[in-house]
Amino acid sequence: MTAEKIREVIIDILSDIAPDEELGDLKDEVPFRDQLELDSMDFLDIVMELRKRYRVQVPEEDYGELTSMQSTVTYLEPKMQECQ
Amino acid sequence: MISIPSDDQRIVITGIGLTAPNGNNYGEFRESLLAGRSGVTPYEIRYVGKTLAGICDFDELSYQKRKDLRRGTRAGSVGIYAANEAVVDSGIDWENTDRSRVGVYIGVTEHGNVETENEVFELKGFDYDTQFWSHHHNPRTVANNPAGEISLNMGITGPHYSIGAACAAGNAGLIQGAQMLRLGDCDLALAGGVSESVRTFGIFASFKSQGALAEHEDATRASRPFDVDRNGIVVAEGGCIFVLERFSDAKARGAEIYGELAGYAMNSDASDFVLPNPDRQAECVRLAIARAGLTADQIDIVSTHATGTSSGDVQECAALRQVFSESERTCFNNAKSFIGHAMGAAGALELTGNLPAFKDGVCHATINVDKLDPDCALNNLVYGDAREVGNVRYILNNSFGMLGINSAVIIRKL
Repeated sequence: MTAEKIREVIIDILSDIAPDEELGDLKDEVPFRDQLELDSMDFLDIVMELRKRYRVQVPEEDYGELTSMQSTVTYLEPKMQECQ
Repeated sequence: MISIPSDDQRIVITGIGLTAPNGNNYGEFRESLLAGRSGVTPYEIRYVGKTLAGICDFDELSYQKRKDLRRGTRAGSVGIYAANEAVVDSGIDWENTDRSRVGVYIGVTEHGNVETENEVFELKGFDYDTQFWSHHHNPRTVANNPAGEISLNMGITGPHYSIGAACAAGNAGLIQGAQMLRLGDCDLALAGGVSESVRTFGIFASFKSQGALAEHEDATRASRPFDVDRNGIVVAEGGCIFVLERFSDAKARGAEIYGELAGYAMNSDASDFVLPNPDRQAECVRLAIARAGLTADQIDIVSTHATGTSSGDVQECAALRQVFSESERTCFNNAKSFIGHAMGAAGALELTGNLPAFKDGVCHATINVDKLDPDCALNNLVYGDAREVGNVRYILNNSFGMLGINSAVIIRKL
Protein backbone atom coordinates (compact mmCIF):
# COMPACT_ATOMS: atom_id res chain seq x y z
CA MET A 1 0.00 0.00 0.00
CA THR A 2 1.36 3.42 -0.98
CA ALA A 3 1.80 6.31 1.44
CA GLU A 4 -1.03 8.11 -0.32
CA LYS A 5 -3.34 5.14 0.12
CA ILE A 6 -2.35 4.78 3.79
CA ARG A 7 -3.29 8.42 4.29
CA GLU A 8 -6.69 7.72 2.77
CA VAL A 9 -7.15 4.77 5.13
CA ILE A 10 -6.34 6.94 8.16
CA ILE A 11 -8.72 9.66 6.97
CA ASP A 12 -11.42 7.01 6.59
CA ILE A 13 -10.80 5.71 10.10
CA LEU A 14 -10.79 9.23 11.53
CA SER A 15 -14.09 10.01 9.81
CA ASP A 16 -15.62 7.11 11.74
CA ILE A 17 -13.96 8.00 15.04
CA ALA A 18 -14.54 11.73 14.85
CA PRO A 19 -17.66 12.17 12.71
CA ASP A 20 -18.21 15.77 13.76
CA GLU A 21 -14.77 16.94 12.58
CA GLU A 22 -13.89 18.59 9.27
CA LEU A 23 -11.02 16.46 7.97
CA GLY A 24 -10.50 18.21 4.63
CA ASP A 25 -8.25 20.83 6.20
CA LEU A 26 -6.09 18.40 8.17
CA LYS A 27 -2.42 19.40 8.15
CA ASP A 28 -0.21 16.33 7.92
CA GLU A 29 2.72 17.72 9.87
CA VAL A 30 0.64 19.08 12.78
CA PRO A 31 -0.27 16.70 15.67
CA PHE A 32 -3.80 15.30 15.44
CA ARG A 33 -4.59 16.52 18.93
CA ASP A 34 -3.81 20.13 17.96
CA GLN A 35 -6.40 19.96 15.20
CA LEU A 36 -9.01 17.47 16.33
CA GLU A 37 -10.82 16.58 19.54
CA LEU A 38 -9.17 13.22 20.10
CA ASP A 39 -8.44 11.49 23.39
CA SER A 40 -6.65 8.30 24.37
CA MET A 41 -9.69 6.14 23.59
CA ASP A 42 -9.78 7.58 20.08
CA PHE A 43 -6.15 6.66 19.51
CA LEU A 44 -6.95 3.15 20.67
CA ASP A 45 -9.73 3.18 18.07
CA ILE A 46 -7.16 3.93 15.37
CA VAL A 47 -5.04 1.02 16.59
CA MET A 48 -8.07 -1.28 16.73
CA GLU A 49 -9.29 -0.34 13.27
CA LEU A 50 -5.87 -0.99 11.75
CA ARG A 51 -5.89 -4.38 13.46
CA LYS A 52 -9.43 -5.20 12.32
CA ARG A 53 -9.13 -3.98 8.75
CA TYR A 54 -5.54 -4.91 7.88
CA ARG A 55 -4.35 -7.14 10.74
CA VAL A 56 -1.65 -4.55 11.40
CA GLN A 57 -0.37 -4.59 14.97
CA VAL A 58 0.75 -1.38 16.65
CA PRO A 59 2.45 -2.28 19.94
CA GLU A 60 1.91 0.05 22.88
CA GLU A 61 5.49 1.32 22.82
CA ASP A 62 4.87 2.62 19.30
CA TYR A 63 1.70 4.61 20.06
CA GLY A 64 3.79 7.79 19.99
CA GLU A 65 4.33 7.22 16.27
CA LEU A 66 0.65 8.00 15.66
CA THR A 67 0.99 11.65 16.71
CA SER A 68 0.39 13.26 13.34
CA MET A 69 -0.66 12.12 9.90
CA GLN A 70 2.89 12.45 8.66
CA SER A 71 4.39 10.35 11.46
CA THR A 72 1.57 7.82 11.21
CA VAL A 73 2.03 7.26 7.48
CA THR A 74 5.81 7.04 7.85
CA TYR A 75 5.41 4.49 10.64
CA LEU A 76 2.82 2.39 8.83
CA GLU A 77 4.39 2.33 5.37
CA PRO A 78 6.73 -0.62 6.00
CA LYS A 79 4.06 -2.43 8.05
CA MET A 80 1.42 -2.07 5.34
CA GLN A 81 3.57 -2.73 2.34
CA GLU A 82 1.80 -5.99 1.61
CA CYS A 83 -1.69 -4.75 2.43
CA GLN A 84 -4.22 -4.30 -0.35
CA MET B 1 -50.02 11.44 64.74
CA ILE B 2 -47.71 12.18 61.84
CA SER B 3 -45.33 15.07 62.37
CA ILE B 4 -45.04 17.51 59.50
CA PRO B 5 -41.45 17.70 58.22
CA SER B 6 -39.65 21.00 57.91
CA ASP B 7 -39.51 22.53 54.43
CA ASP B 8 -35.91 21.43 53.92
CA GLN B 9 -36.97 17.81 54.42
CA ARG B 10 -39.89 18.03 52.02
CA ILE B 11 -38.96 16.96 48.49
CA VAL B 12 -40.73 18.29 45.42
CA ILE B 13 -40.60 17.67 41.69
CA THR B 14 -39.78 20.86 39.80
CA GLY B 15 -38.80 19.57 36.38
CA ILE B 16 -39.54 16.59 34.16
CA GLY B 17 -37.79 15.33 31.03
CA LEU B 18 -38.87 12.19 29.27
CA THR B 19 -38.97 10.10 26.18
CA ALA B 20 -41.60 7.42 25.79
CA PRO B 21 -42.66 5.37 22.77
CA ASN B 22 -45.66 7.69 22.38
CA GLY B 23 -44.22 11.07 23.33
CA ASN B 24 -40.98 12.97 23.81
CA ASN B 25 -42.09 15.39 26.49
CA TYR B 26 -44.61 15.74 29.31
CA GLY B 27 -47.32 17.28 27.14
CA GLU B 28 -47.01 14.85 24.23
CA PHE B 29 -46.97 11.87 26.54
CA ARG B 30 -50.08 12.97 28.40
CA GLU B 31 -51.86 13.80 25.14
CA SER B 32 -51.17 10.28 23.86
CA LEU B 33 -52.39 8.73 27.11
CA LEU B 34 -55.64 10.69 26.96
CA ALA B 35 -56.10 9.98 23.25
CA GLY B 36 -55.53 6.23 23.68
CA ARG B 37 -52.47 6.37 21.40
CA SER B 38 -50.15 3.37 21.65
CA GLY B 39 -46.42 3.54 21.02
CA VAL B 40 -45.95 -0.15 20.30
CA THR B 41 -44.77 -1.11 16.82
CA PRO B 42 -43.52 -4.14 14.90
CA TYR B 43 -39.84 -4.70 15.63
CA GLU B 44 -37.08 -7.04 14.60
CA ILE B 45 -33.97 -8.01 16.49
CA ARG B 46 -31.16 -10.46 15.78
CA TYR B 47 -31.77 -14.14 16.52
CA VAL B 48 -35.31 -13.53 17.82
CA GLY B 49 -36.59 -12.14 14.52
CA LYS B 50 -39.92 -10.39 14.22
CA THR B 51 -41.50 -9.26 17.44
CA LEU B 52 -43.03 -6.09 18.93
CA ALA B 53 -41.59 -3.25 20.98
CA GLY B 54 -42.10 0.28 22.21
CA ILE B 55 -39.50 2.43 20.45
CA CYS B 56 -38.67 6.08 21.17
CA ASP B 57 -38.00 8.61 18.41
CA PHE B 58 -36.45 11.54 20.29
CA ASP B 59 -33.64 13.38 18.51
CA GLU B 60 -30.40 12.03 19.99
CA LEU B 61 -28.51 14.97 18.53
CA SER B 62 -30.48 17.45 20.63
CA TYR B 63 -27.86 17.32 23.34
CA GLN B 64 -25.08 15.12 21.94
CA LYS B 65 -22.63 15.10 19.07
CA ARG B 66 -22.33 12.19 16.66
CA LYS B 67 -19.06 11.22 18.31
CA ASP B 68 -20.80 10.99 21.68
CA LEU B 69 -23.37 8.63 20.20
CA ARG B 70 -20.66 6.42 18.72
CA ARG B 71 -18.85 6.16 22.01
CA GLY B 72 -21.71 5.94 24.47
CA THR B 73 -24.76 3.77 24.99
CA ARG B 74 -28.41 4.12 24.08
CA ALA B 75 -29.23 4.22 27.79
CA GLY B 76 -26.76 7.07 28.13
CA SER B 77 -28.42 8.95 25.26
CA VAL B 78 -31.89 8.40 26.67
CA GLY B 79 -30.67 9.68 30.04
CA ILE B 80 -28.87 12.67 28.57
CA TYR B 81 -31.96 13.70 26.62
CA ALA B 82 -34.29 13.30 29.61
CA ALA B 83 -31.92 14.99 32.08
CA ASN B 84 -31.32 18.02 29.86
CA GLU B 85 -35.03 18.35 29.13
CA ALA B 86 -35.79 18.13 32.86
CA VAL B 87 -33.35 20.90 33.69
CA VAL B 88 -34.76 23.15 30.96
CA ASP B 89 -38.27 22.38 32.18
CA SER B 90 -37.37 23.24 35.78
CA GLY B 91 -36.51 26.81 34.79
CA ILE B 92 -33.45 26.67 37.04
CA ASP B 93 -30.51 28.95 36.19
CA TRP B 94 -28.33 26.03 35.12
CA GLU B 95 -25.34 28.14 34.04
CA ASN B 96 -25.03 29.46 37.57
CA THR B 97 -25.89 26.22 39.35
CA ASP B 98 -23.10 24.71 41.46
CA ARG B 99 -22.72 21.40 39.61
CA SER B 100 -20.74 19.91 42.49
CA ARG B 101 -23.99 20.00 44.46
CA VAL B 102 -26.02 18.17 41.82
CA GLY B 103 -26.56 14.41 42.20
CA VAL B 104 -27.55 11.99 39.43
CA TYR B 105 -29.49 8.87 40.48
CA ILE B 106 -30.66 6.72 37.61
CA GLY B 107 -32.66 3.53 37.96
CA VAL B 108 -31.92 0.66 35.59
CA THR B 109 -33.46 -2.76 35.23
CA GLU B 110 -30.26 -4.07 33.67
CA HIS B 111 -27.32 -2.51 31.93
CA GLY B 112 -24.59 -3.90 29.72
CA ASN B 113 -26.45 -6.67 27.96
CA VAL B 114 -26.85 -4.65 24.75
CA GLU B 115 -23.18 -3.75 24.57
CA THR B 116 -21.96 -7.24 25.45
CA GLU B 117 -24.22 -8.89 22.89
CA ASN B 118 -23.04 -6.45 20.22
CA GLU B 119 -19.42 -7.07 21.06
CA VAL B 120 -19.77 -10.85 20.99
CA PHE B 121 -21.61 -10.56 17.66
CA GLU B 122 -18.72 -8.48 16.26
CA LEU B 123 -16.17 -10.88 17.70
CA LYS B 124 -17.82 -13.77 15.87
CA GLY B 125 -16.52 -12.16 12.65
CA PHE B 126 -13.00 -12.51 14.04
CA ASP B 127 -13.37 -16.13 15.07
CA TYR B 128 -13.75 -15.09 18.71
CA ASP B 129 -10.18 -13.77 18.90
CA THR B 130 -10.37 -11.42 21.89
CA GLN B 131 -7.67 -9.09 20.58
CA PHE B 132 -10.54 -7.61 18.54
CA TRP B 133 -12.70 -6.99 21.63
CA SER B 134 -13.37 -3.26 21.99
CA HIS B 135 -11.69 -1.10 24.60
CA HIS B 136 -15.06 0.71 24.79
CA HIS B 137 -16.71 -2.33 26.30
CA ASN B 138 -15.90 -1.61 29.94
CA PRO B 139 -16.92 2.06 30.06
CA ARG B 140 -20.08 1.19 28.17
CA THR B 141 -21.06 -1.64 30.49
CA VAL B 142 -20.14 -0.47 33.97
CA ALA B 143 -23.36 -0.25 35.95
CA ASN B 144 -23.05 3.50 36.45
CA ASN B 145 -22.84 4.13 32.69
CA PRO B 146 -26.18 5.89 32.12
CA ALA B 147 -25.75 8.17 35.14
CA GLY B 148 -22.09 8.73 34.30
CA GLU B 149 -22.86 9.75 30.73
CA ILE B 150 -25.29 12.34 32.10
CA SER B 151 -22.63 13.72 34.43
CA LEU B 152 -20.12 13.95 31.56
CA ASN B 153 -22.59 15.60 29.21
CA MET B 154 -23.83 18.17 31.73
CA GLY B 155 -20.60 18.86 33.58
CA ILE B 156 -22.05 17.57 36.85
CA THR B 157 -19.33 16.92 39.42
CA GLY B 158 -21.55 15.81 42.29
CA PRO B 159 -22.29 12.13 42.92
CA HIS B 160 -23.65 9.93 40.17
CA TYR B 161 -24.61 6.30 40.10
CA SER B 162 -27.21 3.90 38.82
CA ILE B 163 -29.66 2.04 40.97
CA GLY B 164 -30.17 -1.55 39.84
CA ALA B 165 -33.69 -2.40 40.89
CA ALA B 166 -35.22 -4.54 38.14
CA CYS B 167 -38.52 -3.04 37.05
CA ALA B 168 -38.91 -1.08 40.27
CA ALA B 169 -35.95 1.03 39.20
CA GLY B 170 -37.85 4.15 38.11
CA ASN B 171 -39.37 4.51 41.56
CA ALA B 172 -36.08 3.52 43.21
CA GLY B 173 -34.20 6.29 41.38
CA LEU B 174 -36.73 8.86 42.54
CA ILE B 175 -36.56 7.58 46.11
CA GLN B 176 -32.76 7.63 46.09
CA GLY B 177 -32.71 11.23 44.87
CA ALA B 178 -35.10 12.29 47.62
CA GLN B 179 -33.06 10.52 50.27
CA MET B 180 -29.83 12.17 49.15
CA LEU B 181 -31.47 15.61 49.23
CA ARG B 182 -32.71 14.95 52.75
CA LEU B 183 -29.24 13.84 53.82
CA GLY B 184 -27.74 17.01 52.38
CA ASP B 185 -25.62 15.02 49.97
CA CYS B 186 -26.72 17.31 47.13
CA ASP B 187 -28.88 20.39 46.60
CA LEU B 188 -30.51 19.27 43.39
CA ALA B 189 -31.14 15.73 42.22
CA LEU B 190 -31.65 14.40 38.71
CA ALA B 191 -33.45 11.19 39.47
CA GLY B 192 -35.56 8.65 37.64
CA GLY B 193 -34.97 5.73 35.31
CA VAL B 194 -33.88 4.76 31.81
CA SER B 195 -33.95 1.69 29.61
CA GLU B 196 -32.25 0.55 26.43
CA SER B 197 -33.48 -3.02 26.82
CA VAL B 198 -35.17 -3.22 23.40
CA ARG B 199 -31.67 -3.52 21.94
CA THR B 200 -30.81 -6.76 23.71
CA PHE B 201 -32.14 -9.89 22.05
CA GLY B 202 -31.65 -11.68 25.35
CA ILE B 203 -34.53 -9.95 27.09
CA PHE B 204 -36.95 -10.89 24.30
CA ALA B 205 -35.64 -14.46 24.10
CA SER B 206 -35.79 -14.89 27.86
CA PHE B 207 -39.37 -13.63 28.12
CA LYS B 208 -40.27 -15.89 25.22
CA SER B 209 -38.72 -18.90 26.93
CA GLN B 210 -40.67 -17.96 30.02
CA GLY B 211 -43.89 -17.85 27.97
CA ALA B 212 -44.20 -14.18 28.80
CA LEU B 213 -43.49 -12.33 25.53
CA ALA B 214 -46.59 -10.67 24.10
CA GLU B 215 -47.77 -11.48 20.60
CA HIS B 216 -50.60 -9.89 18.61
CA GLU B 217 -51.26 -9.31 14.93
CA ASP B 218 -51.93 -5.64 15.72
CA ALA B 219 -48.87 -4.25 17.53
CA THR B 220 -50.86 -1.47 19.20
CA ARG B 221 -53.08 -4.05 20.87
CA ALA B 222 -50.39 -6.40 22.13
CA SER B 223 -49.85 -4.84 25.56
CA ARG B 224 -53.07 -5.67 27.37
CA PRO B 225 -52.81 -5.83 31.15
CA PHE B 226 -56.00 -7.08 32.86
CA ASP B 227 -57.49 -8.42 29.61
CA VAL B 228 -58.45 -12.07 29.69
CA ASP B 229 -56.50 -12.67 26.46
CA ARG B 230 -53.26 -11.02 27.56
CA ASN B 231 -50.26 -13.11 26.65
CA GLY B 232 -47.21 -11.34 27.99
CA ILE B 233 -44.93 -8.34 28.06
CA VAL B 234 -44.12 -5.89 25.29
CA VAL B 235 -40.57 -4.70 25.85
CA ALA B 236 -40.09 -0.93 25.50
CA GLU B 237 -37.37 1.64 25.82
CA GLY B 238 -37.65 5.05 27.40
CA GLY B 239 -36.49 7.38 30.08
CA CYS B 240 -37.93 9.79 32.59
CA ILE B 241 -35.87 12.01 34.86
CA PHE B 242 -37.12 14.38 37.51
CA VAL B 243 -35.51 17.50 38.88
CA LEU B 244 -35.96 17.10 42.62
CA GLU B 245 -35.41 19.90 45.12
CA ARG B 246 -36.08 20.59 48.74
CA PHE B 247 -39.36 22.47 49.09
CA SER B 248 -37.52 25.33 50.81
CA ASP B 249 -35.20 25.77 47.78
CA ALA B 250 -38.00 25.43 45.23
CA LYS B 251 -40.12 27.98 47.09
CA ALA B 252 -37.23 30.42 47.37
CA ARG B 253 -36.69 30.48 43.62
CA GLY B 254 -40.40 30.53 42.80
CA ALA B 255 -40.27 27.21 40.98
CA GLU B 256 -43.32 25.61 39.44
CA ILE B 257 -43.97 22.44 41.42
CA TYR B 258 -45.48 19.31 39.89
CA GLY B 259 -46.03 17.65 43.24
CA GLU B 260 -44.47 16.63 46.53
CA LEU B 261 -43.14 13.22 47.47
CA ALA B 262 -45.59 12.41 50.23
CA GLY B 263 -44.44 8.88 50.98
CA TYR B 264 -42.65 5.89 49.62
CA ALA B 265 -41.70 2.33 50.50
CA MET B 266 -39.62 -0.52 49.18
CA ASN B 267 -39.54 -4.11 50.38
CA SER B 268 -38.79 -7.64 49.22
CA ASP B 269 -40.91 -10.73 48.61
CA ALA B 270 -38.16 -13.16 49.60
CA SER B 271 -40.29 -15.89 48.04
CA ASP B 272 -39.58 -16.46 44.32
CA PHE B 273 -37.29 -15.36 41.49
CA VAL B 274 -40.12 -14.22 39.23
CA LEU B 275 -43.57 -14.87 40.73
CA PRO B 276 -44.74 -11.81 42.67
CA ASN B 277 -46.04 -12.12 46.20
CA PRO B 278 -49.27 -10.16 46.76
CA ASP B 279 -48.88 -10.12 50.54
CA ARG B 280 -45.49 -8.42 50.34
CA GLN B 281 -46.74 -6.05 47.63
CA ALA B 282 -49.67 -5.09 49.83
CA GLU B 283 -47.30 -4.50 52.75
CA CYS B 284 -45.21 -2.22 50.58
CA VAL B 285 -48.20 -0.15 49.47
CA ARG B 286 -49.55 0.07 53.03
CA LEU B 287 -46.17 1.20 54.31
CA ALA B 288 -45.98 3.99 51.73
CA ILE B 289 -49.48 5.13 52.64
CA ALA B 290 -48.68 5.05 56.37
CA ARG B 291 -45.46 7.00 55.88
CA ALA B 292 -47.44 9.63 53.99
CA GLY B 293 -49.74 9.92 56.99
CA LEU B 294 -52.69 8.82 54.88
CA THR B 295 -55.31 6.13 54.73
CA ALA B 296 -55.99 4.11 51.58
CA ASP B 297 -59.24 5.91 50.85
CA GLN B 298 -57.33 9.19 50.44
CA ILE B 299 -55.44 7.88 47.39
CA ASP B 300 -57.16 9.16 44.26
CA ILE B 301 -55.26 7.30 41.54
CA VAL B 302 -53.17 4.14 41.67
CA SER B 303 -50.90 3.73 38.67
CA THR B 304 -50.55 -0.03 38.53
CA HIS B 305 -47.44 -1.94 37.59
CA ALA B 306 -49.25 -4.74 35.73
CA THR B 307 -47.24 -5.92 32.74
CA GLY B 308 -49.71 -8.14 30.91
CA THR B 309 -48.48 -11.50 32.16
CA SER B 310 -51.02 -14.10 33.16
CA SER B 311 -49.97 -14.41 36.81
CA GLY B 312 -48.35 -11.05 37.57
CA ASP B 313 -51.47 -8.99 36.90
CA VAL B 314 -53.59 -11.25 39.07
CA GLN B 315 -51.11 -11.05 41.93
CA GLU B 316 -51.00 -7.25 41.87
CA CYS B 317 -54.78 -7.04 41.80
CA ALA B 318 -54.93 -9.34 44.81
CA ALA B 319 -52.51 -7.03 46.62
CA LEU B 320 -54.51 -3.94 45.68
CA ARG B 321 -57.75 -5.52 46.86
CA GLN B 322 -56.13 -6.15 50.24
CA VAL B 323 -55.26 -2.48 50.59
CA PHE B 324 -58.08 -0.65 48.83
CA SER B 325 -61.13 -2.86 49.40
CA GLU B 326 -62.70 -0.19 51.62
CA SER B 327 -61.87 2.71 49.34
CA GLU B 328 -64.60 3.83 46.98
CA ARG B 329 -62.77 6.81 45.56
CA THR B 330 -59.50 5.19 44.44
CA CYS B 331 -59.19 4.71 40.67
CA PHE B 332 -56.70 2.35 39.02
CA ASN B 333 -55.07 2.63 35.61
CA ASN B 334 -52.12 1.28 33.66
CA ALA B 335 -49.71 3.00 31.27
CA LYS B 336 -47.99 -0.16 30.02
CA SER B 337 -51.07 -0.85 27.95
CA PHE B 338 -49.97 2.16 25.82
CA ILE B 339 -46.19 1.92 25.70
CA GLY B 340 -45.28 -1.58 26.81
CA HIS B 341 -42.88 -2.22 29.65
CA ALA B 342 -40.17 0.44 29.68
CA MET B 343 -38.24 -1.52 32.30
CA GLY B 344 -35.97 0.82 34.29
CA ALA B 345 -37.94 3.81 33.07
CA ALA B 346 -41.35 2.29 33.67
CA GLY B 347 -41.96 3.52 37.21
CA ALA B 348 -40.92 7.10 36.50
CA LEU B 349 -42.79 7.28 33.19
CA GLU B 350 -45.98 5.75 34.55
CA LEU B 351 -46.03 8.09 37.53
CA THR B 352 -45.41 11.07 35.26
CA GLY B 353 -48.24 10.09 32.93
CA ASN B 354 -50.61 10.61 35.85
CA LEU B 355 -49.21 13.85 37.31
CA PRO B 356 -51.26 16.10 35.00
CA ALA B 357 -54.33 14.75 36.81
CA PHE B 358 -53.51 17.22 39.61
CA LYS B 359 -54.52 19.94 37.16
CA ASP B 360 -57.05 18.37 34.81
CA GLY B 361 -58.72 15.93 37.21
CA VAL B 362 -58.63 13.13 34.63
CA CYS B 363 -57.53 9.56 35.24
CA HIS B 364 -56.12 8.24 31.97
CA ALA B 365 -57.41 4.87 30.85
CA THR B 366 -56.00 1.40 30.54
CA ILE B 367 -56.33 0.48 26.87
CA ASN B 368 -56.71 -2.91 25.18
CA VAL B 369 -59.01 -4.36 27.81
CA ASP B 370 -61.61 -5.90 25.53
CA LYS B 371 -62.72 -8.48 28.03
CA LEU B 372 -61.75 -7.87 31.62
CA ASP B 373 -60.23 -10.88 33.36
CA PRO B 374 -62.51 -11.51 36.38
CA ASP B 375 -59.39 -12.19 38.43
CA CYS B 376 -58.22 -8.66 37.63
CA ALA B 377 -61.49 -6.92 38.39
CA LEU B 378 -60.91 -3.93 40.65
CA ASN B 379 -63.48 -1.40 41.72
CA ASN B 380 -62.88 1.73 39.66
CA LEU B 381 -60.43 0.18 37.23
CA VAL B 382 -60.39 2.81 34.50
CA TYR B 383 -60.25 1.12 31.13
CA GLY B 384 -61.41 1.92 27.64
CA ASP B 385 -61.81 5.69 28.06
CA ALA B 386 -60.21 8.20 30.39
CA ARG B 387 -62.39 9.24 33.30
CA GLU B 388 -62.98 12.62 34.92
CA VAL B 389 -62.49 12.03 38.61
CA GLY B 390 -62.54 15.58 39.97
CA ASN B 391 -60.02 16.92 42.44
CA VAL B 392 -56.96 14.65 42.51
CA ARG B 393 -54.75 15.13 45.57
CA TYR B 394 -52.76 11.91 45.86
CA ILE B 395 -51.31 9.58 43.21
CA LEU B 396 -49.70 6.29 44.14
CA ASN B 397 -47.36 4.57 41.69
CA ASN B 398 -46.56 0.88 41.96
CA SER B 399 -43.42 -0.65 40.44
CA PHE B 400 -42.35 -4.21 41.09
CA GLY B 401 -39.61 -6.39 39.70
CA MET B 402 -37.92 -9.75 39.49
CA LEU B 403 -36.30 -11.27 42.55
CA GLY B 404 -39.24 -9.87 44.48
CA ILE B 405 -38.44 -6.16 44.61
CA ASN B 406 -41.42 -3.94 45.40
CA SER B 407 -41.81 -0.18 45.45
CA ALA B 408 -44.60 2.33 45.91
CA VAL B 409 -44.36 6.10 45.64
CA ILE B 410 -47.03 8.64 46.60
CA ILE B 411 -47.09 12.17 45.18
CA ARG B 412 -49.17 14.92 46.74
CA LYS B 413 -50.65 17.88 44.91
CA LEU B 414 -49.42 21.21 46.24
